[in-house]
Amino acid sequence: MTGEVIKSLIVPAHPHPVLCPEKNEGWQRVRDAYDDARKQIEESDADLIIVYSTLWPSVIGHQIQADPNPEWVMVDADFHDLGSIHYSLKIDTEFAEAWNQANIKRGLESRTVAYHGFPVDVGSVVALELLNPSNRIPAVICSTNVYSNRAETTVLAKACMDVVKAQGKKAVAVSVMSLSNRMFTEPIEPHEDRIHSLKDDEWNRKILEFLSEGRLEDVGQLSRTIHDQIRVKKVVAFKPMWWLSAMNDNRNDLTGQVLAYEPIHGAGAAVVVLDPESNGTGDKEYDEDDVEFYGGDRNVLESDLEEPNGNVNSGPALYDPVEGANAVNTSKAPKPVGAYPHARREGDLIYLSGVGPRQPGDNSIPGGPIKDSNGNPLNYDIKAQTRAVVDNIARILEEAGSSLEKVIDVTSFLVDMDRDFSGYNEVWAETLGKVGPTRTTLAIRALPTPIAVEMKVIAKV
Amino acid sequence: MAKGSIVAGCLAPHPPHLVYADNPEQNEPVSEGGWEQLRWGYERLRESLKDVDYDVIVILSPHWQTYVGTHFIGVEKCSSKSVDPVFPNLFRFNYDLTIDVELAEAIHDQAKSEGMSVKMMTNPDFRVDYGTIVSCHMVRPEWDKPIVSISSNRSLSYYSVEVMQEMMIELGKSTARAIEESGKKCLLIASNSLSHRHFVTETNPPEDMSKEHITSHAMHLWDMRMIEMMRQGKSQQIINEMPEFCEQAIAETDGGALTWLLSAMGVPSEPAILHGYGTIIGTGNAIMEWPCRNWGA
Ligand SMILES: [Fe+2]
Repeated sequence: MTGEVIKSLIVPAHPHPVLCPEKNEGWQRVRDAYDDARKQIEESDADLIIVYSTLWPSVIGHQIQADPNPEWVMVDADFHDLGSIHYSLKIDTEFAEAWNQANIKRGLESRTVAYHGFPVDVGSVVALELLNPSNRIPAVICSTNVYSNRAETTVLAKACMDVVKAQGKKAVAVSVMSLSNRMFTEPIEPHEDRIHSLKDDEWNRKILEFLSEGRLEDVGQLSRTIHDQIRVKKVVAFKPMWWLSAMNDNRNDLTGQVLAYEPIHGAGAAVVVLDPESNGTGDKEYDEDDVEFYGGDRNVLESDLEEPNGNVNSGPALYDPVEGANAVNTSKAPKPVGAYPHARREGDLIYLSGVGPRQPGDNSIPGGPIKDSNGNPLNYDIKAQTRAVVDNIARILEEAGSSLEKVIDVTSFLVDMDRDFSGYNEVWAETLGKVGPTRTTLAIRALPTPIAVEMKVIAKV
Repeated sequence: MAKGSIVAGCLAPHPPHLVYADNPEQNEPVSEGGWEQLRWGYERLRESLKDVDYDVIVILSPHWQTYVGTHFIGVEKCSSKSVDPVFPNLFRFNYDLTIDVELAEAIHDQAKSEGMSVKMMTNPDFRVDYGTIVSCHMVRPEWDKPIVSISSNRSLSYYSVEVMQEMMIELGKSTARAIEESGKKCLLIASNSLSHRHFVTETNPPEDMSKEHITSHAMHLWDMRMIEMMRQGKSQQIINEMPEFCEQAIAETDGGALTWLLSAMGVPSEPAILHGYGTIIGTGNAIMEWPCRNWGA
């Protein structure tokens, strides 16, 4: 069974579409769009709704609702005069617990909450009330950590996807949020409602244009700009698009539909549905690094800073690869840590120096370094490191006029055979294993940089 | 009718940890104590107020956050369970309190006549925020005084600390005027911490005091500076330095409560009494009292 996100939604949080859609044509259109989205979910084979609510802040890491039946009466802090919403939700507690464990596994601080009377936030209540009124599909709700930024939010989504896949869920991912969130600071009559400013409106339309083209990852990578431009700084960052994009494998070629865009008390309220079906386009305009594991709080007050994306600031000096008879060198492979070339040709054979996962250019390590600059061990992803090694080998071979298909013999070095052999072996099977070179794998004490795997390769030209 | 007055102003922070550590019967979770420095501070504040006669507690809490102006609870009997969404493991408190709707409306009306954006909250299903409950419980655990509950207008988010302060200074003046006209004796509470950078992890148990300390030296310096100014009666200087304090210490005074309180007391140059200081998951908390009743006319 393969789990997947079968639909992604962006929906507004204010209670107006639940409590008084009839008071304003725009609010009614938001309500109609909500109803349309509900029908789309009903017609799908969805068996789980995952809500990421920007209106539930947390401090102690990430909190996941795990009460099987949260029930109470919700009253909005500002719009209490519109009435109350009685909610009674059905939570997939098994999923909630598993997501919590998956978060912890990927380095996040996380916990479940299951307490009678817990105040489910207005965004989650509104979204579930309108998208899943009869509780036909169980839901799960996750908080927004006030201090988390992109890496942490991305890893939160990946942990969620670990469970979606493991449990074979057909999931609907929902980000509850406003686009521009500047509201009028005075009470207004319903007919006076409009987007607070022309600038907010223009940005909202730009975001919706991207989303209608399925360019979710582009919107994710614009998050910081959007936050600066049209977000009142209630929170430190505009995170929901990071989460939603990572839930969709950071893709940019989804099929998007904007079902409504209207003002609610000045803020931008949109209902958007994104389907995983590729729309055929999808070049990314931006290219931020992907993150697999969360390395913990950056020690902002410490003097020797660790770069958050796994760059190596300390470690051995780097050399330009040695030029010489038959040497093969390329700027597309990481710089050597000593005076030697990337590879050397002898006859119709090509011998490569040991190749690790470091990236040419910024020297970063996909999957993260194995320790920080103080020598404290870090969680890292052996599969990402192994994949990066194979990619580096391919680039060097290409420069020599050869290719992965021509590899004859490989000697692999692992610094932690017990922990890493199976992950390394899995990637091997997907890559060089298909070519069929001979292989020897050795456990060694250390490598010169904080990496877990290196390969020594001989290939034919 | 005699003029109403403010008998005392208090800075009374509301981390739910304090109620949790006190183990009152209304709170569901049970602790082994913790944060004694602050709880003893509250004990000293209660002792100081023991023989003070007052009619009502007026409190501004940053955890009823409103973006459309300042709101006042206008429901006389409020009883429900308050569960802290951030620390639900520590605070699930069954409350039953009385609102002084008359005074709430008077402050509302006064502020409105001064041109402020204000609104009464009359929905009976509304749950009182945990900041209000924690501060009121720690100051007056008998729950025998009615309360005026004022929301935190998040004008800071829309404008700046400066604009937030201008609004809170106005609200403070309106509060003082309405109290004077009401003939009531009032205890005012600004419910907030000082420096406000949290740890993002929690110890097990949460009351493990071997792990409790301020998040950084810079935060400590700011807290001590603010406390010193309060102790020296430098209210105006506190207001002047508020923008830097809010920014650099991520201070919870950004919700406006302290500025409102100082303004309501007439930006006093009389010193405040320090009853206690301590940290709670890294944030700085001071319990201060301005004994206005002793200041003469
Ligand atoms: Fe607080």
